[in-house]
Amino acid sequence: MSAFNAIGEERDIERDEFTPGIEPQPTWCPGCGDFGVLKALKQALPEVGRTPEEVLTVTGIGCSGKLNSYLETYGFHTIHGRSLPVARAAKLANPGVEVIAAGGDGDGYGIGGNHFVHTARENHDMTYIVFNNEIFGLTKGQTSPTSPKGHKSKTQPSGSAKTPIRPLSQSLTSGASYIARTAAVNPNQAKEIIMEAIEHDGFAHIDFLTQCPTWNKDAKQYVPYIDIQENDEYDFDIHDRREASEMMYKAEDALYEGEVLTGRFYVDDERPSYQEEKRAIGEMPEEPLAERYFDDDYEWERSADLIDRHK
Amino acid sequence: MTDNELIWRVAGGSGDGIDSTSQNFAKALMRAGLHVFTHRHYPSRIRGGHTYVEIRAAEHEVKSRGDGYNFLLALGDSFARNPKENAYYGNEETKPLSENLDELREGGIIVYDSGLLDAEDIPNFEERAEENNWHVFDLDLRGLAKEHGREVMRNTAGVGATAALLDMDLEHIEDLMEDAMGGDILEANLTILQESYETVKDEYDFEHDLRVPTGDHDEEQVLLSGSNSIAYGALDEGCRFIAGYPMTPWTDVFTIMSQNLPKFGGISEQVEDEIAAAALAVGASHAGVKSMSGSSGGGFALMSEPLGLAEMTETPVVLVEAMRAGPSTGMPTKPEQGDLEHVLYSSQGDSNRVVFAPGTVGEAYDQTRMAFKMAYDYQIPSIVIFDQKLSGENTNLPASFFDREPNADPGSVLTEEEIAEAAHDESGKFHRFLHETENGVSPRSLPGQKGGRYLATGNEHNQSGHISEDPENRVYQMDRRMQKLDSIREELNEEYETQQTYYGPEDAEYGLITWGSQQGAVEEAVDRLNDAGHSVRSIGVSDMMPFPEQEMTEFLESVEEALVVEMNATAQFRGLTQKELGLYGDKMTSLLKYNGNPFEPGEVVKGFEAQIDDSTENLATGTRIEPAAGD
Ligand SMILES: Cc1ncc(C[n+]2csc(CCOP(=O)(O)OP(=O)(O)O)c2C)c(N)n1
Ligand code: SF4
Ligand SMILES: [Mg+2]
Repeated sequence: MSAFNAIGEERDIERDEFTPGIEPQPTWCPGCGDFGVLKALKQALPEVGRTPEEVLTVTGIGCSGKLNSYLETYGFHTIHGRSLPVARAAKLANPGVEVIAAGGDGDGYGIGGNHFVHTARENHDMTYIVFNNEIFGLTKGQTSPTSPKGHKSKTQPSGSAKTPIRPLSQSLTSGASYIARTAAVNPNQAKEIIMEAIEHDGFAHIDFLTQCPTWNKDAKQYVPYIDIQENDEYDFDIHDRREASEMMYKAEDALYEGEVLTGRFYVDDERPSYQEEKRAIGEMPEEPLAERYFDDDYEWERSADLIDRHK
Repeated sequence: MTDNELIWRVAGGSGDGIDSTSQNFAKALMRAGLHVFTHRHYPSRIRGGHTYVEIRAAEHEVKSRGDGYNFLLALGDSFARNPKENAYYGNEETKPLSENLDELREGGIIVYDSGLLDAEDIPNFEERAEENNWHVFDLDLRGLAKEHGREVMRNTAGVGATAALLDMDLEHIEDLMEDAMGGDILEANLTILQESYETVKDEYDFEHDLRVPTGDHDEEQVLLSGSNSIAYGALDEGCRFIAGYPMTPWTDVFTIMSQNLPKFGGISEQVEDEIAAAALAVGASHAGVKSMSGSSGGGFALMSEPLGLAEMTETPVVLVEAMRAGPSTGMPTKPEQGDLEHVLYSSQGDSNRVVFAPGTVGEAYDQTRMAFKMAYDYQIPSIVIFDQKLSGENTNLPASFFDREPNADPGSVLTEEEIAEAAHDESGKFHRFLHETENGVSPRSLPGQKGGRYLATGNEHNQSGHISEDPENRVYQMDRRMQKLDSIREELNEEYETQQTYYGPEDAEYGLITWGSQQGAVEEAVDRLNDAGHSVRSIGVSDMMPFPEQEMTEFLESVEEALVVEMNATAQFRGLTQKELGLYGDKMTSLLKYNGNPFEPGEVVKGFEAQIDDSTENLATGTRIEPAAGD
């Protein structure tokens, strides 16, 4: 018998189960793209049959980090940049839990960049949503790793001298096995991409364009957007690393020229997830570790079993 | 100094297999019925650089390295560099024979490999040998090894010569070789061992008195290090997840855990950095698995944010901090006790954690278990702080010491049935962080449990975890979190035997106070001082936080004066004691050492004498007296 009966529970799930019954209401600014992520998640989760208590939403710090304050699931609002290491360990500890990590572009591509590279490389079975508003929102509008070159802010008064990071390309070279970009202004696509990401067995990275009307006055609304899967001009194979890479490069450049290319950029269904790899070499148990602590019959191993070599 | 003890120093180059040679020799001595204690000295280099291991062996318990040594086996350094006298690093080629030669006791034995070393290169070697009545044996160990096997087997030749000179039976040494190797390599080593044994027996007259001590154990013994026993304590307390990043000397614990966790159905993760390592341990624990991480000073610095997150979200976790000499990269392979304040206070806000500093290999096991117990019962991070010395020293314990019941209790976690009965808000969110509790602990739920959803956050939060800056809630939550430390102190005082180690007569006039790994040297100093007519008692303190106020007060009240012995430059533990007790500043003098070597018992004796004689004239080099406040 499981100690975690919310996991795998089969029942009808109402959409509003993911909306907190009482306060807090979101405190994001009117028109903020973060609402779009919240809404898409609330739609996607019941559609993939997940209940609030089998989901753990792990966030970083930023306006984006507040996501799990407004989404009714188990939540862990961690520290700036560190959502991924917390999230991936929770998944290893109890693989039955649906783990979704989320945070801002500063959080994930800047201060937490090292964790992003390594979590993608290891291909942990989880979803990672980066709220990319090309700005530090919560700290009032400083330049972020995705801000365009020349972007002026209070801390870069003469405009940024830095070329922005290429989040999709970086994700690909690091090893993510599902990579997509969507935008808050495109709710249907966003919902579908989130559903695919959750169902994907491996590290699914979504670069989610979320406009920040308060600080990113260049008024990036990410419209009009183009869905690269729907548009004949962008015919490429999302399972082909090289073609995906070219498409990503194009999309990353295009964004700074006002063209918003969204959709799936790379999908690898063959690559085993980290959990599978680790089990294959005998370094991860088949049964979720978290269950073991509730199993009264489990015979706990003892250091006395190891002591012979010291005699 | 004990009458009949062997302190065998094997010296050579880093990378020459000194470690495994000494490990096996120590085990052979243990199997022969002796108590053993090892002290390892090595440079932060893979190849080359002077390294040595001392094995102290006696019939009775040995708790520390000794004063100096009485047998030197000087092997060559295959990777020595800068063979010029005026080079910064000196002539490394001769170091196995020349370094600390003055610490060789009168009447001691020197065996050196004349195949690689030339005593003529060492200033006044012959005069010094004569003056000190050293018995010198120059043996072509390299040649012997080459003849019957390979050059690298010269360590074996050295061990054979040692056994011959000490009248020691080869049986246990041979058994251990047979366990460790096979085939041609074994054959060659056995031949070399016997050849060298016979050669020494046949060709030399023995004028020396030193022989291997004899002893007998009542029960079977095991030889293991502080790092081993920390890992074993963690495993017996149900720890099944570790995340880490290599850093000397913490790597030992990490390695032992990584090798054994898969056998126990657990998980070990080597990750991108120490921020991640601590964050992973927090994540796994949040999801319900007993978890740990750790590092040495530099890596621990990176852990300070996740550590604070664990305090704020009340996520249990155990972190191990293996100190080495700082600041910064410092001296990576040398022990020091300079990270006490780092471990007590790093991370923003009022610190809220448990810190234990075990003093011996045995205590390392018990206190690691206690650290887990407190972490999981009280939902608080626990830190086990130790150092390069305790990490690497090997000593014998009865095998039965490890015959313990495991305890995998995850602590204050609710079952789904219990959650159903517990408090929730109107929307069904579980009250994870209650204002009112008995001892400060508000039981937790785990992700995936029905009815238990809540938000864990590093922001201040209300009862269901929502971010809150309400002043009244803030005070409730802060006070409750801080109350846990008082509850832990109370439980430690009332439910368990003390974790402090007292030694010497209760009515003693003087006190020696130490913490962590210097305990053994201090206790030996207590014996010697009492034998010399002084009246001394010691306390080895392990509870750093919550501080053992009552015990420390009683101890300090019971003595007229105290000497606080620690391996750092700023008397950190004395400072902590003064801060916690608000008194006794004028009663505590400090004896400090921070040159990269741990205290020898004789150095503590001299420090004590310096204090009572009010003269630092005879203080051992490398040690320093820091006067009491007002002095
Ligand atoms: C270690 C640390 N450094 C700095 C901060 C301050 N800080 C909070 S959020 C943030 C940046 C937020 O930008 P982003 O991650 O893009 O999130 P957004 O607010 O745009 O969603 C910073 C610098 C912090 N909380 N912690
Ligand atoms: S500051 Fe920008 S990112 Fe933050 S809530 Fe307001 S609009 Fe959204
Ligand atoms: Mg941002």
